[in-house]
Amino acid sequence: MNNPHHLNPTSLKSRFTTRFLRALTKIRAQKPISSSSPTEIFRRYRRIKAAADKSMAYSVRSRRIWSRAMLWKLRSRSYRRQDPCSGRRSGKTNQAIMKKSSNENTTTRREDGVGFVEEADELRQLVPGGETMNLCNLLDETAHYIKCLTTQVQVMKKIADFYSF
Amino acid sequence: MSGRRSRSKQSSVSSITDDQITDLVSKLQHLIPELRRRRFDKVSTSKVLQETCNYIRSLHREVEDLSDRLSQLLASTDSDSDQAAIIRSLLMQ
Repeated sequence: MNNPHHLNPTSLKSRFTTRFLRALTKIRAQKPISSSSPTEIFRRYRRIKAAADKSMAYSVRSRRIWSRAMLWKLRSRSYRRQDPCSGRRSGKTNQAIMKKSSNENTTTRREDGVGFVEEADELRQLVPGGETMNLCNLLDETAHYIKCLTTQVQVMKKIADFYSF
Repeated sequence: MSGRRSRSKQSSVSSITDDQITDLVSKLQHLIPELRRRRFDKVSTSKVLQETCNYIRSLHREVEDLSDRLSQLLASTDSDSDQAAIIRSLLMQ
């Protein structure tokens, strides 16, 4: 893919790595009294997983339908925690995302004997924002989403390996 | 691939062509380890989508496992000075 011998500070991988490491530092800094109790470990697990998803979504920003959907989900979750009356605001943003992705090419079903409607719907559940995507967008977004997930896994693996020794 | 519709038969709203779908599906096929070896076989769209779902689910699980692993590892490490080293070694690859 990229030339492995050149540092690319603007690559998705480095953007994600920087953000995620920063988040990990913050999480580590929150030292409770018993940092090894199962409850604390589970809490840290949730924070780390959220940080991984957040870092990825923010590294992609709003360039993709799936990242927009993820960012919206993350933001509405934090709004709801602060302000219980923000339900209406979230609804409007969701419509905006839906409009953006289904303006042209509104066919979402190809029941013409090719027979992959169910598989496509299953995929829609797995890709953020997938429910609003037509088939074309779904396939395109999925490819990018997979690339980002593999980057995420690759970086997290390297970090875990580093701390394992 | 048979069944190439003439433009006049399609509704004016739909402008997705069979070729577009085929291209996107084959692009996906190349990303999925299970299917990459069968690059020159005809894999049905249904199979590609199925394997895509399985692959995404396994990636999600990997992220969860790694988060779990990290949550245990972070409990025992203290120093912050390794960070610069990590970043450097990660980005060099």
